[in-house]
Amino acid sequence: MDFEVVKNEKLHDLYTLLILTPVDKELPEILPGQFVQVAIDNSKATFLRRPISVNFVDKGKNHLWLLVRKAGDGTAALMAKNKGDIVNLILPLGNSFHVPSPESRVLLVGGGVGVAPMLYWGAKLKNSGINPEFLLGARSAKDVLELREFESIGKTHISTEDGSLGEAGLVTTNSVLSQKWDIIYCCGPAPMMKAVAKVAAQIGASCEVSLENMMACGLGACLCCVEKTVKGNVCVCTEGPIFNTDQLTWQI
Amino acid sequence: MANLNVAIGSLNLKNPVLTASGTFGYGEEFADFIDLGKLGGFIIKGTTLEHREGNPYPRMVETPSGMLNAVGLQNKGVDYFIENIYPRIKDVDSQVIVNVSGASIDDYVKVCEKLNDLDRINAIEVNISCPNVKQGGMAFGTTCEGAAQVTEAVRKAYKKTVIVKLSPNVTSIVDIAKSVEDAGADSVSLINTLLGMAIDVERRRPYLSTVTGGLSGPAVRPVAVRMVWQVAHAVKIPVIGLGGIMNGRDALEFIMAGATAVEIGTANFIDPSITTKVIDYIDDFCMRHGVADISELRGII
Repeated sequence: MDFEVVKNEKLHDLYTLLILTPVDKELPEILPGQFVQVAIDNSKATFLRRPISVNFVDKGKNHLWLLVRKAGDGTAALMAKNKGDIVNLILPLGNSFHVPSPESRVLLVGGGVGVAPMLYWGAKLKNSGINPEFLLGARSAKDVLELREFESIGKTHISTEDGSLGEAGLVTTNSVLSQKWDIIYCCGPAPMMKAVAKVAAQIGASCEVSLENMMACGLGACLCCVEKTVKGNVCVCTEGPIFNTDQLTWQI
Repeated sequence: MANLNVAIGSLNLKNPVLTASGTFGYGEEFADFIDLGKLGGFIIKGTTLEHREGNPYPRMVETPSGMLNAVGLQNKGVDYFIENIYPRIKDVDSQVIVNVSGASIDDYVKVCEKLNDLDRINAIEVNISCPNVKQGGMAFGTTCEGAAQVTEAVRKAYKKTVIVKLSPNVTSIVDIAKSVEDAGADSVSLINTLLGMAIDVERRRPYLSTVTGGLSGPAVRPVAVRMVWQVAHAVKIPVIGLGGIMNGRDALEFIMAGATAVEIGTANFIDPSITTKVIDYIDDFCMRHGVADISELRGII
């Protein structure tokens, strides 16, 4: 499906918010936690699509938000797309976060570009009558992404490694994390997600994580992005990217 | 419209475009993107006697114009295929070919015997070239004796068309192809992936859990075209060409080098509808060049 770039907002050297709209079409139904596969035709060194999580869906404007972090040549080329450029996406892909019971105390934890899926998920939760709180982690204040958007949805706690905003340290040492939560949703670097899963286990909270294993097809055909689970190796692109940590074989 | 029909042994294809094993799942994964019935055929991913978990993650890394993979034949086994997948895909109006792999000759034979009874499967592709498994796989495909032994055993066990998929990781692929032909294969397909390796220098570690893996994608295409051209001149059986085909032009390169049919692999990951675009391109090419039958282009080099 072809999309036109409506806006390329550089949030920071490493991060861009791409707002896209489908060419002459309506956005399909997209669930929080799902991702898209972006074809990047202006990259000389790469040729595979890049999987990017859905940051937000603005149904009214028919806009899809993708938060892109410069990780290599492919994402760098994607970040160079300008207003009016066309990009081809395959979407929506993967499963979604599991909807909690109405009275649940819910914490959404995002680290770095891992905050991306939490914005859309938080907005959906709030619309369904659940008041989520957010815990966002970053290196320093300038790396905290979309803070205003998160704060407009729910109480937002911050951890920065240099202490320039919120509590100093990692999200895993933030005092908010070990409060009484029923379910914690988490997306970020693997060591962070494992550490959050460990705290969740200690406080008796259920924990869902969004994995970002290296993918080729995104359709369950190539079997490259597998994660070892209690059911054996499964494709993150089709069985995930969202997994309850009780399905994973992490040593936590 | 030109006549795009081709024959691989007794197997008739409505056009020369197939999909490469391991890049197209069980076909169903692509049904949202293309009409599977438009394909010449599709090749089911490597199927073994028993369920296999494959290699540990990470299994894939992108390299310049290519990708290295080390999936290691993850599949649910031939019985699962017969019971659960076959009933769902058997009515697709194109040829379904099963890629067969094993750790021993006995494994290959047992899988073939089980597949014999499936009415809608008219061919198998015998994988003697997987670089990502410790036993069997490429071990059979790197000597003329090994390749001939597997082919002979499979030839006896399987009644319909036998295609043998060759490894490029050999000194002379022509010698292997001739051995396989002499042992009774109806066709050879080439090339499987080239053994490769990539290192993450910052972390001072190989990217793949298995250290080495199989290289595919456009990076390998010139090597594949050369090998197809050499083999097509050396054997009488039909040759199926594959290796980095990204579009219709690339497919025609293989056909002009001597391939009767082609397989599209890695390109399916970038454009899930690429196979039908390749078919349309070939058809259009024939019109533009006044070609009435695809065979007029085959092996013209």
